Amino acid sequence: MSVSVKIKDLEKSYDKVDALKNLNLEIRPNELFGFIGPDGSGKTTLFRILTTLILADKGTIKVGNYDVVKNYKEIRKITGYMPGRFSLYMDLTVEENLLFYARIFNVNIRDNLHLIDDIYSHISPFKNRRAGALSGGMKQKLALSCALIHKPDLLVLDEPTTGVDAVSRKEFWELLKKMQERGITILVSTPYMDEAALCDRVALMQTGRLMSVDKPQNIVDNFPENILNVKVRKMHPVLNDLLGFEGAERVYRFGDAIHLATRRDAGEMKERIYHYLAEKGYQEITISPLEPVIEDCFLALMENPDK
Amino acid sequence: MKTKETVIEVNNLVKKFGHFVANDNLTFHVNRGEILGFLGANGAGKTTAIRILTGLSKPTSGKVIVAGIDVNKNPEKVKRRIGYMSQRFSLYDDMTVRENFRFYGGVYGLTRKQIRERMRFYLKKLAMESYENMLLQNIPLGWKQKLAFSVANVHNPDIIFLDEPTGGVDPITRRQFWEMIYEVSDAGTTVFVTTHYMDEAEYCERVCIMSEGKIEAMDTPKALKEKYGAKNMNEVFIKIARNVE
Repeated sequence: MSVSVKIKDLEKSYDKVDALKNLNLEIRPNELFGFIGPDGSGKTTLFRILTTLILADKGTIKVGNYDVVKNYKEIRKITGYMPGRFSLYMDLTVEENLLFYARIFNVNIRDNLHLIDDIYSHISPFKNRRAGALSGGMKQKLALSCALIHKPDLLVLDEPTTGVDAVSRKEFWELLKKMQERGITILVSTPYMDEAALCDRVALMQTGRLMSVDKPQNIVDNFPENILNVKVRKMHPVLNDLLGFEGAERVYRFGDAIHLATRRDAGEMKERIYHYLAEKGYQEITISPLEPVIEDCFLALMENPDK
Repeated sequence: MKTKETVIEVNNLVKKFGHFVANDNLTFHVNRGEILGFLGANGAGKTTAIRILTGLSKPTSGKVIVAGIDVNKNPEKVKRRIGYMSQRFSLYDDMTVRENFRFYGGVYGLTRKQIRERMRFYLKKLAMESYENMLLQNIPLGWKQKLAFSVANVHNPDIIFLDEPTGGVDPITRRQFWEMIYEVSDAGTTVFVTTHYMDEAEYCERVCIMSEGKIEAMDTPKALKEKYGAKNMNEVFIKIARNVE
């Protein structure tokens, strides 16, 4: 059965540091919801409160009809949690880890093995290998298998793709989509901005606050600035030359190009930048308007958190 | 200054663990001041290669010259000429900024005066002068990583090794970090960097992609994109990794 997650007025601080500031958010049943933000944005704190491991200072979270404080035992039964650090037993084999988690949740591994077959089939050839000897991508698949063995309604994944290479990351997201088709509600956090596009909705987080919550495409569509993609033959010095360019809201490197954000007319800006760079002696200048990516939006929100 | 002078030269490097071949006959070189991106899937052999280049592990066979020194014969001498930082281990959390500078400066044989001067220089550049007596554990990750990079440079090394230095760092700080990389590279320090952010692969002058212990490709990002008919380095990476499977 799919469950919703309702977060109300949630606050948490450690010593003097506010980890979460007045969080309000509702996640729908069977949604694949992403929390996108760097280290220190509060993602892990939120997940630890949600999975009943720590208490909030203020506010509530409800998973379906269960309250994280009053009904913590029920929540634990219906939740699969994959913490940020690899948390399996390194000196147990792949199969032993899975058996251990099945036993903890009091489920029969044979009855439930079909539930994780999509994932476990990738690692079952290595079922007698110790978990500590697996590659990063395979460890993640084992951790996901263990989080799913008791057939949870809610899956909470804390940075499952951090430190994982681009190919394994892609595979991992394909697996998550398959899990979602079974009706599970999935909450996943990630520091990789490009993974936002793979979620139904995302929350962009920074220093304990939700800066924006929406479908990724809506965040991009509602972005109020035009992005110009600037390339020249010699990229390295061009960033400094474009910083502070009149009409530019911000200028950042994006892979092999520079994204210049502006509120002005893109055509007029393009013209001016072209002449400016040509005069400076740059060669092979190409400037083209570009649909913003989530990272453009994130950078804008970081600089102007009140907008 | 960037020059064509070779500062890392690897010839037929092989490293075996039992029957497992972690580095399978690697041959490559890196120039002074060059920024080399060292990419590969998890388990491709990157860490093994870095451990050999930094004198922490001995090759099974092959020749490795770093900063003009044969690593196999004189690993301790190599360590003085290189800097190292990673996401997992950089500075000591329970020491202050100043104590970290003093510790690492001391390890690299700098005098107290030199350490003080270098620390002032970096803290000023990072606009972190007021942080001198703060414990590292109270400093946000992004700033910590910029400090760690400065500390790894404290002895003006010939080469700096950066192992996933920007993992989990916010998008603004990640870009500031790369500006620091360009700066030391312009000054003649060779930068050897690993990352899982494929946009950062585009920032490198050359990229080396490892897979299953071998070097599958090594060239400029532009040349690699042309060769593999790819829009960006992410596509190049996925094509290479998938081909091998």
